[in-house]
Amino acid sequence: MLNGISINYYLLLSTVLFIIGAVGVMARRNSIIIFMCIELMLNAVNLMLVSFSTLHNDPKGQVFVFFIMAVAASEVAVGLAILTMIYRNIKHIDTDLLTNLKN
Amino acid sequence: MILGYTITQWLFGILSFLAIMFALMVVFSRNPINSVLYLVLTFFCIAGHYLLLNAQFLAVVHIVVYSGAIMVLFLFVIMLMNLNEDTEPQRTWLNKIIAAVAGGMLLFVMVGSLKGAEQLQYKQWGSSQIGLIKNLGMVLFKDFLFPFEIASILLLAAMVGAIMIGKKEIK
Repeated sequence: MLNGISINYYLLLSTVLFIIGAVGVMARRNSIIIFMCIELMLNAVNLMLVSFSTLHNDPKGQVFVFFIMAVAASEVAVGLAILTMIYRNIKHIDTDLLTNLKN
Repeated sequence: MILGYTITQWLFGILSFLAIMFALMVVFSRNPINSVLYLVLTFFCIAGHYLLLNAQFLAVVHIVVYSGAIMVLFLFVIMLMNLNEDTEPQRTWLNKIIAAVAGGMLLFVMVGSLKGAEQLQYKQWGSSQIGLIKNLGMVLFKDFLFPFEIASILLLAAMVGAIMIGKKEIK
């Protein structure tokens, strides 16, 4: 119990957030929205790590979340640079138009 | 106690409901700028959850890094590309239904696998001060000093990489 809330509810919440992110990745064609859904999935995992860290009273889980945030920040910087590059080349960021490797 | 639940439980319920609603709005809103703003609201709800879990430092860092830095970067890129509702590419209804069914089945499997977590009822011991900046800093700079330095190199590499990718071609 974490302040009177069972760990199961936190697990359920982060699972639902993760699935929403996964559905967003599958259902959208805009690259930026897909990227944002990946951020949502990362945050769901972060929430689960923090809840387990509080459950075990162990700060290592929160340090891991800190590192995940650093990795996510660098990922966003590089990813958005790649997206602007794609936009500059094909004037769109629709994932279905990226067919250069097809033929 | 309100209606048999404590204040913390009410806060948890309200924050969870809002987080899930805003996350759904991220996926379903047609305008990309609305998606970004809903994602910021989702991150605020998650920061509230961190506060409920006694992770005060992480809550502040989460707001600063995600809502402050990353989402502003997203907003800038969307405005740079001038994306709006008219330019938004849409999948066909068949694709959306397939995605929803696949997500639903994944949710089914994950929730089914969580059934075994009911035995996970550890008794909380010691103080719940681990989320404070002092205790977290002790762990970060004692046990995790080497990964911390590696993270700084990663950030430097990402910065250089972003500039190299983003600049115009050299003639």
